Amino acid sequence: MKNSIMGSVAAAAVMATSAIADEVRVYNWSDYIDESLLEKFETETGIDLIYDVFDSNEVLETKMLAGGSGYDVVVPSGTFLQRQITAGAFQKLDMAKLPNSGNLWDVIEDRLKKYDPANEYAVNYMWGTTGIGVNVNKVKEVLGEDAPMGSLALIFDPANMEKLAACGVHFLDAPAEMIPAALAYLGEDPDAQDVETIEKAEPVLSAVAPHVQKFHSSEYINALANGDICVAFGWSGDILQARDRAAEADNGVEIEYNAPSEGALMWFDNMAIPVDAPNPDAAHQFINFIMDAQNMAAASNYVYYANGNKASQEFLEEDVIGDPAIYPNEATLEKLYTTSPYGPKVQRTVTRMWTKIKSGT
Amino acid sequence: MRRFALIAVPYAWLLALFLVPFIIVFKISLSDLALAIPPYTPTMRDGIGDMFAAFDFENFVFLTEDDLYWRAYLSSLRIALVSTFVTLLVGYPIAYGMAKAPDEWRATLMMLVILPFWTSFLIRVYAWMGILSNEGLLNQFLLWLGLINEPLVILNTNIAVYIGIVYTYLPFMILPIYAALDRLDESLNEAAEDLGCSRMQAFWLVTIPLSKNGIIAGSFLVFIPALGEFVIPSLLGGSGTLMIGKILWEEFFNNRDWPVASAVAVVLLLILVIPIVLFQRNQQKQAEAEQ
Repeated sequence: MKNSIMGSVAAAAVMATSAIADEVRVYNWSDYIDESLLEKFETETGIDLIYDVFDSNEVLETKMLAGGSGYDVVVPSGTFLQRQITAGAFQKLDMAKLPNSGNLWDVIEDRLKKYDPANEYAVNYMWGTTGIGVNVNKVKEVLGEDAPMGSLALIFDPANMEKLAACGVHFLDAPAEMIPAALAYLGEDPDAQDVETIEKAEPVLSAVAPHVQKFHSSEYINALANGDICVAFGWSGDILQARDRAAEADNGVEIEYNAPSEGALMWFDNMAIPVDAPNPDAAHQFINFIMDAQNMAAASNYVYYANGNKASQEFLEEDVIGDPAIYPNEATLEKLYTTSPYGPKVQRTVTRMWTKIKSGT
Repeated sequence: MRRFALIAVPYAWLLALFLVPFIIVFKISLSDLALAIPPYTPTMRDGIGDMFAAFDFENFVFLTEDDLYWRAYLSSLRIALVSTFVTLLVGYPIAYGMAKAPDEWRATLMMLVILPFWTSFLIRVYAWMGILSNEGLLNQFLLWLGLINEPLVILNTNIAVYIGIVYTYLPFMILPIYAALDRLDESLNEAAEDLGCSRMQAFWLVTIPLSKNGIIAGSFLVFIPALGEFVIPSLLGGSGTLMIGKILWEEFFNNRDWPVASAVAVVLLLILVIPIVLFQRNQQKQAEAEQ
């Protein structure tokens, strides 16, 4: 009798551990994957996938720094990745468990070294640029045929913004994206880390802020696609998704994306495993699954972002690999800049400045 | 012993759900920012003695140095007061109508007031985004009627925030007022009219004063959560909407400055304690009056 009780307790314990071992929790950006891949992962590996989304690095970072997030795979952008590595939030990847890492694109890995110097904590998921999405017809209606659609002057020249306000403009609610853009517009170093230079961005942004309908980092996809707004300063793939949604809805809305001619921010979203991930084994399996050339291509084909996977390129559709808005040509690549994380003091100045810009106080 | 047990239950509740979290937040508000997990220092791991030695009030001093915080508190107070007032204006007639309705209707009417709660609060606020946007239902309807030529910009302004708060908290205003009006003795109004009051005068002089407790209870139930509201201003409000809930979010998420965020929260609580104490007094007086 005693034995059988012990036996069932042991069996229950085994079941409990195997239940935990069969689950992986992924925290990724919203609108950022082909959802059929999630099912494919579950069928291929037999691991239960719990997929959760966020729309700002800040939310992710707060969860990482609080600890005990319960996630196995998270996808921070470059500067945030760097800061979280410093804070000790991630574990080193076990390359032996990632046989598909041979598929990675060395060009992107090289650029990623700015944030993860030995490429040991993260692998790139996707990358893109930050730029201008326009509702072509509405903007031409307001500003005329020769509207500067590909220039930062469209959104930073108050004369243009005054007119565009009527049809609606959204900016990203992300000072780390908007301030470098304003600095690029002024011809300053977008990656400036000194308060004096950073503060030069304030008058530029403050002058146009009253004409911005909303500062938000994900609503503009739908708003652009529905025709609720005519200009959004946002992430390349999001705007291209809006373009596609509008085309599907066949509502007469024509969306176009341009990386600003003054230079555009190039950013990287990367998969990493939290130091306290409940199931690091499954996390490696998930990352390896995504690094499969065909899977990665399916994701890019779906969300219109370039990825850091060289082998996936032969499986990309022509309107992805052939679109310079997604895979920029050499000339544009040269104009793309990257940024570094702000230190805590500068960060406070930046946030305070951002509040001042948005609310006028 | 029995009496002790009776008192112990609510106090244990207060201790577990209010006092302990408050002490944790207060403790963080006395610490300093750090790039670590958790993102502040000192923590218990540094030893209790060292932890207390490192505490200081500089985060509270910081709040006084930048007028942003006072403006945000004031702006939140204004938005909460105005929305409470509007909710009262809208809610009172509804409660009055419910109380005056025939008995067989009341259960249905009550049901209709509560019905929206069956849907997630978030979905209802999102629905308002669909209604108020430039291409939304309201603008389409007004354009169709020919009342306006250009769509009205309502979404992402303070007006949308007011609409959202009034809509969301309306039942909290209606229910206590209805409860007060429901108990009202109709013969008092008849007596007032017999003694020469017009119906309007009887309403002002008899009905309103007698439903005072319902009005006060409803107003506090709207005002207190509206003051710290975060979801409604962030979804419906625009860039100019300054509310303390948003500032708290920014301190916490954008600056990763948990200590300052905690200080903002502690001050918000202190501001809220005043209306909460007033509310409590009112409830007590009401209970005594009924005995």
